[in-house]
Amino acid sequence: MKMTDTIGSDTSHQLAEHLPPYQSHEAVMEAERCLYCFDAPCMHACPTHIDIPGFIRKISTGNVRGAGMTILDSNLLGATCARVCPVEELCQGACVLRATDKPIAIGRLQRHATDHLASVTPDPYQRGAANGRSVLVVGSGPAGLSAAGELAKRGYAVTVWERSPLAGGLSTYGIIPLREPIEVALGEVAMIERLGVEIHTSTALADEPALADALTRFDAVFLATGLGAVPAMPVGGAEHIRDGLDYIAQAKLNQPDPDDVQARRVVVIGAGNTAIDAATIARRRGGEVTIVYRRTAAEMPAYHHEYEFALREGIDFAFLTQPVEVVTEDGRVAGLRCTAMTLGEPDASGRRRPVPVDGSDRLIPCDLVVRAIGQEGYGPDSAFGLDLAGTYIAVDPHLRASRERVWAGGDAIRDHGAASTVMAVEDGKKAADSIDAYFLSVNPSDTPEPGGHHG
Amino acid sequence: MADLTSTFCGVTSPNPFWLASAPPTNSGYQVNKAFEAGWGGAVWKTLGPPVLNISNRYGSLTIDGKRMLAINNVELISDRPLEVNLREIAEVKRNWPDRAVIVSAMVDADPRAWETIIRQIEDTGADGIELNYGCPQGMSERGMGAAVGQVPEMCQLNTEWATSVASIPVIVKLTPNVTDIKASARAALAGGADALSLINTINSITKVDLDTFSISPTIGGRGTHGGYAGPAVKPIALHMLSELMTDPDTVASGVPISAIGGIVTWTDAAEFFLLGASSVQICTGAMHYGFRIIDDLVDGLSNWMDDKGFATIEDFRGRALSGVSTFGQLDLSYQAVARIDTNACISCNLCYNACEDTAHQCIDLVDTAGQVVQPGFDRNANGKAVADSRPKPVVRESDCVGCALCANVCPVDGCITMVTVDSGRQPVTWDQLQAESPAVTTDWDAMSAYRSTVGIDIH
Ligand SMILES: Cc1cc2nc3c(=O)[nH]c(=O)nc-3n(C[C@H](O)[C@H](O)[C@H](O)COP(=O)(O)OP(=O)(O)OC[C@H]3O[C@@H](n4cnc5c(N)ncnc54)[C@H](O)[C@@H]3O)c2cc1C
Ligand SMILES: Cc1cc2nc3c(=O)[nH]c(=O)nc-3n(C[C@H](O)[C@H](O)[C@H](O)COP(=O)(O)O)c2cc1C
Ligand code: SF4
Repeated sequence: MKMTDTIGSDTSHQLAEHLPPYQSHEAVMEAERCLYCFDAPCMHACPTHIDIPGFIRKISTGNVRGAGMTILDSNLLGATCARVCPVEELCQGACVLRATDKPIAIGRLQRHATDHLASVTPDPYQRGAANGRSVLVVGSGPAGLSAAGELAKRGYAVTVWERSPLAGGLSTYGIIPLREPIEVALGEVAMIERLGVEIHTSTALADEPALADALTRFDAVFLATGLGAVPAMPVGGAEHIRDGLDYIAQAKLNQPDPDDVQARRVVVIGAGNTAIDAATIARRRGGEVTIVYRRTAAEMPAYHHEYEFALREGIDFAFLTQPVEVVTEDGRVAGLRCTAMTLGEPDASGRRRPVPVDGSDRLIPCDLVVRAIGQEGYGPDSAFGLDLAGTYIAVDPHLRASRERVWAGGDAIRDHGAASTVMAVEDGKKAADSIDAYFLSVNPSDTPEPGGHHG
Repeated sequence: MADLTSTFCGVTSPNPFWLASAPPTNSGYQVNKAFEAGWGGAVWKTLGPPVLNISNRYGSLTIDGKRMLAINNVELISDRPLEVNLREIAEVKRNWPDRAVIVSAMVDADPRAWETIIRQIEDTGADGIELNYGCPQGMSERGMGAAVGQVPEMCQLNTEWATSVASIPVIVKLTPNVTDIKASARAALAGGADALSLINTINSITKVDLDTFSISPTIGGRGTHGGYAGPAVKPIALHMLSELMTDPDTVASGVPISAIGGIVTWTDAAEFFLLGASSVQICTGAMHYGFRIIDDLVDGLSNWMDDKGFATIEDFRGRALSGVSTFGQLDLSYQAVARIDTNACISCNLCYNACEDTAHQCIDLVDTAGQVVQPGFDRNANGKAVADSRPKPVVRESDCVGCALCANVCPVDGCITMVTVDSGRQPVTWDQLQAESPAVTTDWDAMSAYRSTVGIDIH
């Protein structure tokens, strides 16, 4: 079906969350399929190790509020994770029913429980009794919020600095609304704030001196600063290529996109999950969308289920195609000139290296070119004076960075393959544990009060 | 093709599946429709003195989303005018001469009342009469139904009044709300019953509402116990049937038994035939899914009989009875152990948990390298690949007492088998021990000595 006739109309419908919520009886029916495995593989596979059979059983008995609490006990951002986690690769991929039957729809059940909890018990936890320690969390993405919430539960005075006008990190700005509406991310931010966490938006930690200064005002600093913008591309007319994250953010905030109104033909460069997300937005807005990738489908970094989703959405793929130049007419994008590639010898990553085919240039006519080729990492200038591991902030197994009283976690420390929201949440928990353990070792009598919960 | 024709007390029907006396047999319209669908017979909804029914008369049991695992009814006998019922019965019988048309009745404990109703029923041309001694509520307070069925003397007396006037077969339908079903059966036989049927419904309250705190079903804010029927009662009905079919008095009488209670599928029915039933009656199954279930009841039973090489129901009726025994006659030296088929195992670990928490702690979790490991996860491990390195449950057979709990909780058919192993001990029963070494059965020291002699070690 062509969707071009919807260009310029309200996008809230096309971009609305694509999975409907479960009705109560649907959730109970799905929950009742669960075998309630002991020491269950889904729980092992979840990076935050939620007691999945436990919460599913609670849904089946009608204790949906309890189910939500079971989830949040292990993962404060359970509502976001329920929507964005690549469950096929995690819990659901490990379900014992995956071979003989359909795996349990763990993500959707988790959404049912966390949404219910948010509606009946919006404040499931109380701030722990003050323990006299203060922590600065830099960045309010999943890693930062998770650490902030866990620390507040234990009585730490937590302050968050967030560079952007809204808190929530990529859950607020980067995850397409089809998967997670912005309200869900902002709802979690609000819950963390009501736990007594002070969030200062439009406030950035600038550099090494700023970190040194912060360490004089806070007992500990947790850096959860994520990654940077999409890097510029070394091709002619690069200044005409939109940053994919910026493109998605505009859709997420439901802002009209000036480029997009005329953009009937969109080319997205890259083949990771972000590329598919950007392409999905363009497609849902009515564009004819082509993803340009210099290797083949087999080498795509996007999850296979994401690739299949894109095909179902009607997104075209131009494989073995390398962009060379953005062609403009009267200052407007008119097309992307590309070279055909062929696969040569394997490179360092083990994937066969694409090599250009001489004289194979062709023009893909389009109105908008979006780049989605990953995010910029850290360098000596941007790492707050901390040691680096490649383009990430270096940490030890307890997430301690190279400077005393500084911890780091989330995308800032993680090689991109495994980077995901739930890994960031787990890092936040680990950092909170590590910070707690640190102060306990500094002053063992200083046993922090565990944060109680009611509900 | 197997021949399903059934003859019960001389009453023939094309198949042994009858609708039990209940809402499905409430009217000529319904019974006619059921016969069109292929039912072999019908026991008409109980006729008797005037009654008034209430609304919200059914409650039910749902478990894990499965509806109608049992129904609970606070319904009385037929509330339609007697002469309407009698007229319709006569019409149905005229139109369906090959089907079994049995009429259920319940009247005051008075010989004249029995005589009147029996004459009226016989005038319809019906093939038989079923005496309802079961109704557990509403009628029992009026001295009928369970009030008769629960007192053997009353059961015998009422049966005598009925059989002394009846010229067609009289079936006595027994209530399960007694401690000894054999006593009820013997009373009915002493009263001259030509056949027995069982079970009627069991006293029950199926639910308490957690918002209103009232019991279900709620009739204008109040409730009372009702009668329990449907799939959940099948094991009780099977047991009561086996008790009668192994009771020397009942067996000697030679009367046939029409089995009722929890039959929904042909497999359920086959189990009752294997325990000696001559026909089966169905109520809840029809109330849940309608008359159309008769198709698979007939077809399924017939195909199974073909597969097994049985030409008629008589070829396998009662086949399971030879294995029905008392506890005292079981071989205490028989030994089985659980064996888990690692290839079929899906690693749910339900068996491990069951044995560890509530049996004999003899299932190990063994990892891919063959090491016994404890349950639990590595905080730093995640992703679907964890499932590939998941340990598998393995039974330490030397410690297994063969209780079979694991085999029962395992969700995969055929994954855990109870395998017979040689215990190395001579067969012995409790009855033999009692007769030959009575001290062993009464004194712990003697028992311990006995165990060490024969080599039984229970830790
Ligand atoms: C388009 C896109 C789609 C994605 N989809 C999914 C998905 O479906 N499922 C999934 O699991 N993962 C997805 N991811 C990955 C996931 O969003 C990240 O792994 C996750 O958000 C990482 O969390 P974080 O807290 O480490 O960083 P972020 O979410 O990036 O948050 C970092 C925050 O720190 C702030 N910040 C940075 N520097 C400073 C500073 N100096 N001072 C103050 N604040 C600062 C930033 O503004 C930002 O708010 C997606 C990523 C992208 C880009
Ligand atoms: C709603 C309902 C009404 C019943 N009414 C009668 C009745 O009038 N007379 C009778 O003998 N049995 C009555 N019964 C009992 C059934 O005939 C039958 O014995 C019982 O339901 C067990 O069979 P089932 O498990 O197939 O339902 C009734 C049962 C139900 C569920
Ligand atoms: S049969 Fe009983 S004792 Fe043996 S392994 Fe199974 S649960 Fe354990």
